[in-house]
Amino acid sequence: MSSPALAAPATASERKPSSVTAALAAYRVPLSILALCLLPWLLPSKALAVNVLVYGVVAVGYNLLFGYTGLLSFGHAAFFGAGAYITGIAIGQFGVPWLVAVFLGILGGGALAFIIGGLTTRTRGIYFSMVTLALAQLVYYVALQASSWTGGENGLRGFTVDKINLFGTTINFLDPINKYYVLMMFAALALWAVSRILNSPFGAAIEAIRENERRARTCGYDVEKTKLLAFTLSGLICALAGTMSALHLAFVPLDVLHYHTSGMIVMMTLLGGARSFFGPFVGALAFLLMEDVFSLWTSHWQIIVGSIFILFVLFLPRGLWGTFLEKAVR
Amino acid sequence: MTAPLLAVENVGRRFGGFVALEGVTAAFQPGKVTSIIGPNGAGKSTFFNVLSGVLTPSSGSVRFKGKDLAGVRQHEFVHLGIARSYQITNIFPELSAHENVRVAAQAGRARYNIWTNRKRFSELDDKADAALVAVGLAAKRTETAKFLAHGQQRALEIAIALTSDPQVLLLDEPTAGMGPEETRDMVALLEKLASERTILLVEHKMKMILGLSDRILVLHHGRLIADGSPRDIQTDSEVRRVYLGQNDGYA
Ligand SMILES: Nc1ncnc2c1ncn2[C@@H]1O[C@H](COP(=O)(O)OP(=O)(O)OP(=O)(O)O)[C@@H](O)[C@H]1O
Ligand SMILES: [Mg+2]
Repeated sequence: MSSPALAAPATASERKPSSVTAALAAYRVPLSILALCLLPWLLPSKALAVNVLVYGVVAVGYNLLFGYTGLLSFGHAAFFGAGAYITGIAIGQFGVPWLVAVFLGILGGGALAFIIGGLTTRTRGIYFSMVTLALAQLVYYVALQASSWTGGENGLRGFTVDKINLFGTTINFLDPINKYYVLMMFAALALWAVSRILNSPFGAAIEAIRENERRARTCGYDVEKTKLLAFTLSGLICALAGTMSALHLAFVPLDVLHYHTSGMIVMMTLLGGARSFFGPFVGALAFLLMEDVFSLWTSHWQIIVGSIFILFVLFLPRGLWGTFLEKAVR
Repeated sequence: MTAPLLAVENVGRRFGGFVALEGVTAAFQPGKVTSIIGPNGAGKSTFFNVLSGVLTPSSGSVRFKGKDLAGVRQHEFVHLGIARSYQITNIFPELSAHENVRVAAQAGRARYNIWTNRKRFSELDDKADAALVAVGLAAKRTETAKFLAHGQQRALEIAIALTSDPQVLLLDEPTAGMGPEETRDMVALLEKLASERTILLVEHKMKMILGLSDRILVLHHGRLIADGSPRDIQTDSEVRRVYLGQNDGYA
């Protein structure tokens, strides 16, 4: 990144955050969780609410890398899919308890992110995007070929979780409301973890790298190592979303690994607002609502959603939530 | 004579077939201000890039406190004690002045801590404030860096470099693009810094260099053509020949 050689005019004074914005930032985790608590009662269907939860978490994980570290990955479907497949296989083929399967999914997806991150974070710009895409495609083909494990094109079935034991009580997981609130606990944990990461010294380091990589390096940050850590953390969160998706659907379609999924994650994050804490959930909601509405009208709904996406990139670069925070809550 | 803090031996750097730096040998004593001058394209910035790990030398060696720096990665230089500013302002434009300096100070303290609230590292705030005070930017603490005046941005970059409490400070044309007033402020800042640190300075403004430096090196086409006190350099016939008719040289 080049430096701002042009000094700004004296009138362009600094933008001080209002007290409302500051309060929203300070209580972003409880406020976000409150919003998620209310979500199923505000949406037309409980299934949509669970989808917002799942894709909101994957976009939050992606935002850590894209919005905060400034790396445009086109391969995040790999970690989402890995989390989903590992959880499904662990439950369906090894009879592992569901909670352990969730942890295995997160760890497996995180390990994959560490490997892919190790191979990609030394490249830059468009090369980084292309190599993440290529490696994610590789993961897709591996899953397609390893059909005895993954079910190949038919997807992975046979691991329905109908009852779960949590805090000493048995919960009927087939009930949509129960399912929503159980999965919401994972989403809440993810939001809390991401908030802590953003508030940490590491959070300042990734912002510095996004702002000016050369200066960050000169200041003494190991840029490659920091990017790899950000990539891995991002992958862990996305893998969690994958395990949530697997539990929700009791099915893992091969599509979770498709580059369409990677593209959708990018779109959701941008629609909601990269670099905003809750934006990814808003983006996931907006995307899924658009998909629902426009796919009723036309089978070419992707053209409409894609056009809207382009308009956002051009005219609302801060996304729905970012723009709302900027304009409405001053 | 005390042992040199920084020493280069026969250092060269090529870009493809082009020789930007060749056969430079020099040693730098602690507590001195050394200026590196030379016409545009002489290799001054290339020399600084080699000294700060931005570029690896194609030949020769760089030693810092006796340690050979071959194989040391760029981000480690500041931790060893070599900090720098760039010819083109290089700061974090969207961060406030204080955040700019704080994140720089943090690099020496906590780089991979992903869990503790960064506000808990309150000593970094003090360190950042001290650096801002040192360069006269205390009043601009909360201003977004990109909205600072050019001269203030240049000073901010020096504050960033100071947070590591460097033993050697490399400043590549700190007055680049400045008017007379901003230049005066910068010279005053450099005079203050010179009393407490080892400084290597690249500059084009001759009057300023003669006043500030203990020693001057002259580069021309990548080669060291003179090395001596300001007085020696002023009377050196080779230097006079190189600079003859060059307005920027004695501006
Ligand atoms: N990365 C690079 N690739 C190719 N050539 C380079 C590179 N960096 C510098 N050069 C060339 O090396 C020569 C020396 O450049 P350098 O920037 O060191 O000069 P300088 O003395 O700092 O000049 P100035 O006073 O204009 O800043 C120039 O001819 C320049 O074009
Ligand atoms: Mg230069």
